[in-house]
Amino acid sequence: MIIDCPHCGSRDSGEFFMRGQAAGPRPEYADGQDAFAVYVYDRTNLAGMQREHWYHAAGCRSWLVVERDTRSHVVGSVAIAGKAVA
Amino acid sequence: MTRKSQGGLVDRALPISFTFNGRPMQGYSGDTLASALIANGVKIVGRSFKYHRPRGILTDGADEPNALLTLHRGARALPNSKAPMVELVEGLEAFSQNCWPSPRFDLMAINGLFSPIFVAGFYYKTFMWPAAFWERVYEPLIRRAAGLGKLSDRPDPDTYDRSHAFADVLVVGAGAAGLTAALAAARLGKRVILVDQDSRPGGRLLAERCEIDGRAGAEWASAAIAELAEHDKVTVLTRTALFGAYDGRSYGAVEQVSEHLPDPASGMPRQRYWKIVAEQAIFATGATERPIAFTGNDRPGVMMASAVQTYVNRFAALPGRRAAVFTQCDSGYAVAADLAAAGVEVVAIIDPRSGDKPGVDATAAVIHGEVVGTHGKCLKTITVRNMDGKTEKLKVDLLAVAGGWNPNIGFASHLGQRPAWSEPLQAFVQDTPPDGMHFVGAAAGRYCVSAAIDDARGKVAALFGREGEVAAIFEEPSLAPPLVVSGCDKKAFVDFQHDVTVSDVVLAEQEGYASVEHLKRYTTLGMATDQGKIGQVLGHALLARQQGKGIAAVGTIAARPPHTPVCIGALAGIHRGEHLKPTRLTPTHDWAASQGASFVNAGLWKRAQWYTRPGDADWIDSAVREAKAVRSAVGICDVSTLGKIEVAGPDAALLLDRLYCNAMASLAAGKVRYGVMLREDGFVFDDGTVARIADDRFVISTTTANAVAVMRHIDYALQVIWPDLDAKACSVTENWAQVAVAGPNSRALLQRLLPDIDLSNSAFPFMGALEGRWSGAPMRLFRISFSGELAYEIAVPTGLGDALMRMLTELGSDLGCTPYGLEALGILRIEKGHAAGGELNGQVTAGDLGLGRMVSKKKDFIGRALAERPALAHSDRQVLVGLAPVDPSHRVTGGSHILPVGVPVSAVHDAGHVTSVAFSPTKGRWIALGLLARGADRIGEVVNVVSPVRETSMEMIVSSPVFVDPEGERLRG
Ligand SMILES: [Zn+2]
Repeated sequence: MIIDCPHCGSRDSGEFFMRGQAAGPRPEYADGQDAFAVYVYDRTNLAGMQREHWYHAAGCRSWLVVERDTRSHVVGSVAIAGKAVA
Repeated sequence: MTRKSQGGLVDRALPISFTFNGRPMQGYSGDTLASALIANGVKIVGRSFKYHRPRGILTDGADEPNALLTLHRGARALPNSKAPMVELVEGLEAFSQNCWPSPRFDLMAINGLFSPIFVAGFYYKTFMWPAAFWERVYEPLIRRAAGLGKLSDRPDPDTYDRSHAFADVLVVGAGAAGLTAALAAARLGKRVILVDQDSRPGGRLLAERCEIDGRAGAEWASAAIAELAEHDKVTVLTRTALFGAYDGRSYGAVEQVSEHLPDPASGMPRQRYWKIVAEQAIFATGATERPIAFTGNDRPGVMMASAVQTYVNRFAALPGRRAAVFTQCDSGYAVAADLAAAGVEVVAIIDPRSGDKPGVDATAAVIHGEVVGTHGKCLKTITVRNMDGKTEKLKVDLLAVAGGWNPNIGFASHLGQRPAWSEPLQAFVQDTPPDGMHFVGAAAGRYCVSAAIDDARGKVAALFGREGEVAAIFEEPSLAPPLVVSGCDKKAFVDFQHDVTVSDVVLAEQEGYASVEHLKRYTTLGMATDQGKIGQVLGHALLARQQGKGIAAVGTIAARPPHTPVCIGALAGIHRGEHLKPTRLTPTHDWAASQGASFVNAGLWKRAQWYTRPGDADWIDSAVREAKAVRSAVGICDVSTLGKIEVAGPDAALLLDRLYCNAMASLAAGKVRYGVMLREDGFVFDDGTVARIADDRFVISTTTANAVAVMRHIDYALQVIWPDLDAKACSVTENWAQVAVAGPNSRALLQRLLPDIDLSNSAFPFMGALEGRWSGAPMRLFRISFSGELAYEIAVPTGLGDALMRMLTELGSDLGCTPYGLEALGILRIEKGHAAGGELNGQVTAGDLGLGRMVSKKKDFIGRALAERPALAHSDRQVLVGLAPVDPSHRVTGGSHILPVGVPVSAVHDAGHVTSVAFSPTKGRWIALGLLARGADRIGEVVNVVSPVRETSMEMIVSSPVFVDPEGERLRG
């Protein structure tokens, strides 16, 4: 896989740490345990284009939202995570 | 010798000596091992996999199923080398496999008599019962009988290199189509990498008698290579086999660097692994000739027609003297002509096609019929059945078989693209290859040279927007389907390497294995090292016929990488042994080594484990002596491996409040606090100290193991969860050398080191932090204690770490200053009941570690919500306890399980386990920490501590985990 880091350019996936499917926004404590259970555990195990959190560990140390096709490793859009929060 | 006196592309002026099964032989420069064996009259090269039938060389390429030989001896032995792919080199030793004592006389050939038990699914049917027979009878039997080469079991003495390359166009295969494509792209100024597995570029141009632009094929190929050499953006890699296509338009290839050199320069790698990233990849990979399924089609002397052509034309080596050609395509007629031109008597061309005349002239008598039998240990006669059903025997020692062509399209399947069946071509093709992949020439069904060249030129032009040059539309010829001769049987092979026959496929279909995937698993068709390149399509055509379906409906198997076998050594490259991972040395490594330290790997770090001194009987002696010195005088220990992260900014305190389960915002400048981080699921992630250097500036420590993970976690919090926080974090682990100075004399020692700083208890109390200077450089001092003694940690720039250690040693010589290592550190922290790696196992809560009261109820922090789940605070949870043997002479082992006394030792009664053990000099006995269910209520209880693995058990008393100074008076002193 090659990931186009917005800061560093095209880089081999070996430079990155993959955290998993991008979770939604973090709830606040007041939202309760159920909201946190969804945030921590609920993932779709998608076969297709998936939004994921990748960390450019051996580069700029940015957390990125990477669209990856889980069947083919085809990479779609890549964005800086903080700015990509939906 | 069966070598012609002239012709071919071998250099008769350069003879090469080699041995085959110990027999000295001679070939020429330019030979492959296969061509040299043929030139030496070798007919039998090995025995088949299951039935140990004698086998000869069948093909001229990487698809060879029979001539799998072991090269070299000893540690360099390389099993399963395909003879047609091995370049002949002076002194080469080659050995047959799968036969004993020799390929001509093989005792295991008796397997052939028992062939009924080796039919399809024989593993499933025969070796079922009783289970105990598996280990003792079946497995050794199968392994001995069915081995495919042997590894040396010794370390590989060779080195392997690795290269990364980038290209606009990768061209795979240097035949007519590949050379054309490479030239076309080179002339457009593209960065081109051309790889070819042969030692000499040209592909089939070297084997067939053809002309391009009025020049002989081989000559044209040489001219093309010469032109490519003049383009500085073109790289030509010969002896380089592509083995896989991967995502991101990347490809893997292995180059033979020195295997073919009689005397490689020292340090030269054996092979080089290439990772190639290419925007466009043009596969001019040619086509593999299909065999025909007929009885006895594996007899030595039966050879693929295209291979016969290669050996006769390229190598001037004659595989026989009297030949017949069994062909159902026009290319067989060319082979007959080539044989005749080389002086081989061609007895007959046997062509099962009726009706249309072939598009070429026949140079021998044509029999419209089929070969239905072969005879002799090596081929002596064949039985031919004509259209009227009459049979006749022909005396021949060579039968060239031309069953049609399978385009080499496997690389597209590496990316998940299934092949499609083409009716006109009667072959599987890739109509819609993955993005960036293009099949040209014979790999796209354009078998004749002019069509292949047109195709390659046109596709490159189209790729780079030069439609004017796009080739004319190709008219596909009408070709014959894969042929299974009617009435053939269990000696008619479709997979030569795995001994899968027509009967096996028929039987599997009868037993309900209707899909090609099931057929593969049940019969092992296509599961050998050649991945079914030779016979798989034939097998699938047969399956279709048995089901009364078209081949398109049955489909075929998707090929997977590697296309050809790859040495594990080539994949590993230089990443072997100590080079597998980088090594990190602490700033005081050299000093520690000079002090007699033994080192242990801690992640990537080498840490001093203990220091051997005269009089130490063993490592426990050393560690105990060091721990005693800390408790009674002063010890020094490099703790630089702990992660150090600086957090700064107006919101730094707020960030830390959210990262740690205990309050951090309230920490005053100049103070340190112990902190615990949870994961969002509520379990403990890491622990360490937080020092507030200034109002908006902190330095935190992490465990050695989690230094990287904590940095990543903080970045995640700052960038993803709370991007609005105005704070920044940066790892400074590598920037600071940090040394623990611990023990009652630590203040005195440090006061000597830092005479200008008041270190008295009132001026610099427990959990103080200060910044100063030492030796003209910044210095940080923290009054923190892992050992439970009066203790400090001092940090100086990494480059001064060594000088600091030497200075402390010198200044402390009369204070009992003693270096201590990781083992003494372990003793000290176990005596104090501090959790470390054994306890921080990802399944413990803060409460489990006795730190429940630290967890704040006043703020949101990562892990708070889920840490409050009832199960994480349940009274039955296993919590941290201390353990000591009832009999003080007993030694407990880590990992032992804890059970109540008087119950059977079984998992049902398991109540916890021992996480850390140490000999405690303070207690004068072995002590342990453990996680025990309801441990807090069981203080004073005697439990049974059992290690079923080591077969030990002993009674131990449960206690508080803090064995030394529970009130913490020493560290505050
Ligand atoms: Zn980056």
